[in-house]
Amino acid sequence: MAETVNSAPCAALIIGGSAGSLDVLLEIFPVLKSDISFPIIVVIHRKASNESLLTDLLQSRTTLKVSEAEEKETLTAGKVFIAPADYHMLIEDDHSISLDYSEKVNYSRPSIDVTFQSAAEVFREKVVCILLSGSNADGVEGLKNVNNYGGKVVIQNPNTAIMPYMPQQAVLGVKPHVILDSYDMADFINNLNN
Amino acid sequence: MIGDAIDNDQVEILLNDVLETHGYDFLEYSHASIKRRISRLYALDNFVSFAEFRYTVKTDKQYFKRFLEEITVNVTEMFRDPSFYRALRNDVLPALGTYPFIRIWVAGCSTGEEAYSLAIVLKELNLLNKSLIYATDINPSVLDKAKKGMFPLNYLKQYSENYLQSGGLKDFSTYYTANYSLAKFDETLNSKMIFSTHNLVSDHSFNEFQLILCRNVLIYFDKELQHKVFNLFDGSIEKLGYLALGSKESLEFWPKAKEYKRVKMEKIWRKL
Repeated sequence: MAETVNSAPCAALIIGGSAGSLDVLLEIFPVLKSDISFPIIVVIHRKASNESLLTDLLQSRTTLKVSEAEEKETLTAGKVFIAPADYHMLIEDDHSISLDYSEKVNYSRPSIDVTFQSAAEVFREKVVCILLSGSNADGVEGLKNVNNYGGKVVIQNPNTAIMPYMPQQAVLGVKPHVILDSYDMADFINNLNN
Repeated sequence: MIGDAIDNDQVEILLNDVLETHGYDFLEYSHASIKRRISRLYALDNFVSFAEFRYTVKTDKQYFKRFLEEITVNVTEMFRDPSFYRALRNDVLPALGTYPFIRIWVAGCSTGEEAYSLAIVLKELNLLNKSLIYATDINPSVLDKAKKGMFPLNYLKQYSENYLQSGGLKDFSTYYTANYSLAKFDETLNSKMIFSTHNLVSDHSFNEFQLILCRNVLIYFDKELQHKVFNLFDGSIEKLGYLALGSKESLEFWPKAKEYKRVKMEKIWRKL
């Protein structure tokens, strides 16, 4: 299936990760083009406190505008939206953001599965989801949905991930579009530009 | 969700049934969240077809109770966002202390954790005896739990940390007695609470309050419904009273927001 949809333009990029994924983001962000033609959504497991730390850190590495997602805010191209700590983040049909304080999924809130699934339903073959380093299996179910809707599944090479478990589970459970080392990730994203 | 497939049209059919048959209006809820809740319940309860699910929701009163409890989000905790409770303790409640009688509405109180947190702060400020907390929810079964004031013991370590961070003055364990896996909270706390069902979508104002707490409820509503609820609150808050929202909620785009002043950095507004 994936082969037939390779040419679909990217409407949204979702990056999910847990332990060990921050290093990858810090490697990717400085290299991102300043005219990215789609919104980038980042869902990273972290403690409920340290509110703006991740946002500030990523903002310091890129000229793209980075902000913590506000509820009902509309996704716009060329901006980076961080799923807030302790909320799940969903996407509406009109591309606005809904936040949700329901039960943790895979012991996580925000859960990567929740955002991947929601984005897959809305953007279908035009979504690209990247799963990075981590030590639980959150994101794997979501990637299955992405595959089912014809979106692109990208997994960090477990051999170069600080915490290989999460990408390993993904590789075992989902057929990826591509498996990438962290240093190839930024080029891949820049090449998604329409 | 592909695979178990509750699609957008089916969500709408179901919500229309619920409105017509049971009188609960979820049509202005945020679509992605409610769809996820419905799909989750459909999978959880192993329905074989949408038709069966629809029929059960429509005709089985007992099942509808479960439906109502499961599609609304009832996750809450005590002293969530310690800095918020610190602001209540240091800025908001002392300002209300000059009133002879304090009326507070906890709207969408779920299983009651916030109402009990609030009662603890009131008690430590010596205000509880002249306060009344109206705790309401759309959902009768969570109110039954809230009335009991018993919360799972394994959460209490977190609650105790939150409490101390929020400026709590005592040993948190003095407020409850452990009873098997539950912590039963001091009855002086809920002696000042009135529990009642109230539907923010369809019910009206029922009193005037000096403080309304409605945290992490409005995130599930669409923009228009949020504004309707703000109007309902506006009609229920006394002049110089306060409205407190969840950490990701805001009055910002509501037309009457200019008549309210934000309290410091917290999601608390004072009516001018």
